[in-house]
This record gives sequence, structure tokens and C-alpha cells, in this order.
Amino acid sequence: MSTPPANAALGREDIAHLARLSRLALTEDELDRFAGQLGAVLDAVAQVGKADVADVDPTTHAVPLTNVLRADVATPSLPRDVVLAGAPAAEDDRFRVPRILGEE
Amino acid sequence: MAELTELDAVELRDRLASGELSSVELTRAYLDRIAAEDGAVGAYLHVEGRAALQRAGEIDTARLAGEELGPLAGLPVALKDVFVTEGVPTTSGSKILEGWRPPYDATVAGRLKDAGTVLLGKTNMDEFAMGSSTENSAYRVTRNPWDLARIPGGSSGGSSAAVAGGLAPWALGTDTGGSIRQPAAVTGLVGHKPTYGSVSRYGLIAFSSSLDQAGPMARTVLDAAVLHEAIGGHDPRDSTSIDAPLPPLAECARRGATGDLKGLRVGVVRELGGEGHTDGYEEGVLARVAEAVQLMEGMGAEVREVSCPSFDLALPAYYLIAPSEASSNLARFEGMRFGIRVADDGAHDLDEVMALTREQGFGPEVKRRIILGTYALSAGYYDAYYGQAQKVRTLITRDFTSAFEDVDVLVSPVTPTVAFPLGTRVDDPLAMYAADLCTLPASLAGLPAISVPCGLSEGLPVGLQIMAPALADDRCYSLAAAVEAALDSARGSRFLDQLTTAGGAA
Repeated sequence: MSTPPANAALGREDIAHLARLSRLALTEDELDRFAGQLGAVLDAVAQVGKADVADVDPTTHAVPLTNVLRADVATPSLPRDVVLAGAPAAEDDRFRVPRILGEE
Repeated sequence: MAELTELDAVELRDRLASGELSSVELTRAYLDRIAAEDGAVGAYLHVEGRAALQRAGEIDTARLAGEELGPLAGLPVALKDVFVTEGVPTTSGSKILEGWRPPYDATVAGRLKDAGTVLLGKTNMDEFAMGSSTENSAYRVTRNPWDLARIPGGSSGGSSAAVAGGLAPWALGTDTGGSIRQPAAVTGLVGHKPTYGSVSRYGLIAFSSSLDQAGPMARTVLDAAVLHEAIGGHDPRDSTSIDAPLPPLAECARRGATGDLKGLRVGVVRELGGEGHTDGYEEGVLARVAEAVQLMEGMGAEVREVSCPSFDLALPAYYLIAPSEASSNLARFEGMRFGIRVADDGAHDLDEVMALTREQGFGPEVKRRIILGTYALSAGYYDAYYGQAQKVRTLITRDFTSAFEDVDVLVSPVTPTVAFPLGTRVDDPLAMYAADLCTLPASLAGLPAISVPCGLSEGLPVGLQIMAPALADDRCYSLAAAVEAALDSARGSRFLDQLTTAGGAA
């Protein structure tokens, strides 16, 4: 499939949906602004659809390397207190996070 | 006599080694200049004042005691704020990492430490390296020392402004789609993007992992080669690192400067500013590049035009691949393990705290790219966008492969225009992206490419790009050194000396 879907434009609702998926609490103003800007960007990048890519393999990486392994030996990791010192909130030698589940 | 802060790094290295210059004296000269000039230039996000002087003092003491020192002992260096540095604030230009002091050093930062360098500070950048003007920094505006009303390029614009402005002898940048080469070009520096995988990415805050590559930004080709040698080579902590030795880059730069190009086959890329492809290119830029090509011919090079039709699609392919990888890489900034956290007041659950933290912590360009990348990777759109872009990437690599059957190097402008005025493109993403037009093909193919100054247009620097096959970084340095030496000799001074005499910031 090399042609972008028809009416692939990014509307305000699409931006809001994508923002939810990517955990971004965008403001109303940003939704308006990004809808216009990203519409133009999407039109530009959709030009890739013009390329004839029959029988062309995708490149995921400039240097083809596979199965880079190291010896299965435990090595020291960073000290816990050093890592937690950089965290926004820590408690009982662990990262403290907000509640994950709602009340119900 | 020239000021210390105007000397090449290699000259400084030799004076330090011979004992005629102390690291404290040199480091203090730079810190004094930073204190005097950086308010106007805005190159640094963090300056290591006292720590730098202390380290310089330790190196001087060790040298006096006859201890064995690293090859760059006592030489100051600046690092783009994308490299994590143990105990030294690191933000990647983003509010989301404000106040973070990393618990470890990036491999390249560690290698520079081991070589004996003194860290002057961390330089400004577009947030998460996304941009071509450094205006996307969450912290401050960085100005071009050649004209303070203009951009220093980006995303490594703090590093380019620091070196051009005499606020560091040299610096490291990173290049994902041109972020070393374009800022080097618009500030009159030498900037090299190494072969992908030849310099470690360990401890480099990731933007687009299949493209990101660290490299040197310096006043001369030889300085850049020496800095490159200090950071390059295999790193077992980066699984994409190539396990092969670096070519002898400094030696190639020295030999290249002798200017004999007999037998060198140079291809001029038609799609990058050639016939039928001049839209958006300034005449002055094309003229300086054409003159540099004539210069090479005069030194014995065989020049021919080469066509790489897929390069026309490099920009759309890049602006799908890089945002897609970024949307995934930047998921790690969720306000739980490092950086800032907002709205953690008991009333908001985990998802809400993450979304509010990212909303407050990220700037507009980062948000746009996360959204575009999320879209390009979505079910139903993946094949048409991300998948298609990866296939275009293959076509671009094929164009390079076939070009390199006939020529040894490819040349083009680095960027279509000289430094543009601050504020003119920041709200127009596509206009900003156009600055990367010429640098993107080598990024997508993972090839080495260098920017070397080739003259002025309207009083502002123009960069010549030299691209080479993978692992042939030495060809970039060698030819760049030939061009630099010929131009310096015709001018009777180094390129950056024009900035000093023009009465700019340096």
C-alpha cells in the first residue's frame, strides 16, 4: 500500500485523539493551532507516496547489525539512592507514583 | 599577539603539553569571555565555573608532577546539553528535565574526561534536538556571533555559537538530520557528522535512534579530526556501535591540507541545488559552492555531476521517520523517574499526572512531532506513512551506492540559505524543515558528511558539504582540509579571523 488514504487530513478531533494516545493534555488553543500546522506538514510528508517502491525492502537502520549479544554476566547497576535522588518523588527506597486505579 | 581564545585547539594543546601555558590560565580566559559575552550570545545553559577551574588546577598539578596525562589534557570543551554528564545539569533543552543531574556520563563525555579535557559547560539546543535554529529551546535564545539578530543554526546552535564566538575552543554536537552540519555552516565552523554507529550513542538523550549521531564542531578541519578521534570507536554499551577502528582522521586532515587532489573523483549532486533544483536556494550560497568545486578541479580533482533522484523525497521521508521514532523515545518522559512532575496532588491519577506533566514539560515542536509520529505509526496509516518512508530510505541509500560506484565523494551546499533572522520561521514548521534539505540524505543513509566554510554571502558564512561512503570519514576530512587550506592561503588568514576583524562578538 503506497498511497495515503483519502481524506487523511488531520482535523481537530484527530489531534485530540492522538494527544490522548500520547498522554499530552493539550489546551484548546493548541488543538486549534496544531490542526492547521500539522495539516500542512502531513500534506508535505505524504509525498513519500509518490515513490515507486514495488519490491523495495524497508530500511529500519542504516547499519545492518543483528543479534548483538554480550556475555550473560551480572554487572553493577547504579546505586539506588543515586537514581532516586533524580526522581520527582521517592518513598521507602522506591519511586512514589500517583494512584493507578480510580475509586470504583 | 592573538588572544588565547582565538587560537586553534591543536595549537592550545601543544602549548599546554610544552608547559608554556597552564590549563588554569586557559580555562580562566574562556570563563572570562563567557562572563563578558554570553549574556549577548546565549550559547550556554550551564557554565561549570568553579568545577572547571578546579579540574584545570588538578591537571596542572599532575603535569608539574610528571604524571602521565591524556592526549587533550587541560583543554577546555563544551558539550551540547543532550549528552548526560554525571552531576552536571542536563536538560536536552527541555523544561521536562529542568534541575536533573544525571547519575552517569555519556560514553563520549567519559572519553573526553579520560582524554584530560576540562568541561566548560553545557550548550543550548532546540528542545530534544528538534529544530534548525535553537529557537525551540525552552530556556533561552542563542544568537549568531556573525550577526546577533540571526539564528546560530540548530539544533546544536549553542555549540556553534560558543565556538564561533570564542566561548569554547571546540564543542560536541549531535546530528539527526543536519544538526551539526547546518549550525556549523551558518556560523563558519567545521562540523562533521560521523558514519552512523562509529561514535557511541550511550548517554545521548535519544531523539531518533536510527539517525542520531554525535560529532565534533571546531574552528578548523584538523581540530575537528582530533576531537573526533577522542570520542570515536566501538562502545559495547551501544548495541548499534560498529566494531571497527576509526581511520587516522587527523593524519588525513594534515595530508589533505597539502592540496593534491589528483585522481579524486568528485560528484556534484544535481538534486541539491543543481539545475532544475534551485528553488529555495540563495544565489550567494550556490555561487560559493560552485567556486569551491572549481577550486577542487584546480587542485586536480575530476568533477562530474551526479543525479540522485530519490533525494527529492528525503525531506518527507525524514519528517515521518524521525517523528515516529521520537514519539516512541519520548514516552520515557512521564514524570515518574526523573525530571519534573506536575498535578501530583492526590486528585489526579497516574495517567492524568503523566499527561499534565508532558503538557507542561514539552514545547510546541516536541508536541507536534509526538502527535505526527503517533499518527504515522497508527494502525491503518503505518504502511502509507512510516512503512513507505522506510522504503524511500532504501531508495536513497541505493542512489548513494550507485553514485559511489563512479565517484569518491559527493558535494553540495550544507543548507540552502545563510543564517536567517531570528523569529522568521519559528511558527512555520515547513519553512524551518527546509533548512535541512541538503543534510537529510546522508543522515537517512547513515553516511559521514562534513561542513566546511567556503566563503561569505552577504557577509555571512556559507558551508560546503562533503559526503562519503560509510566508514570513509577520512575522505571528508581530507578533502575539507584541502579546501580550507586553499581558501585560507588565498585569504591570508583563517576563516573565523574575518569575524574578529569584522568586529562581531568575537
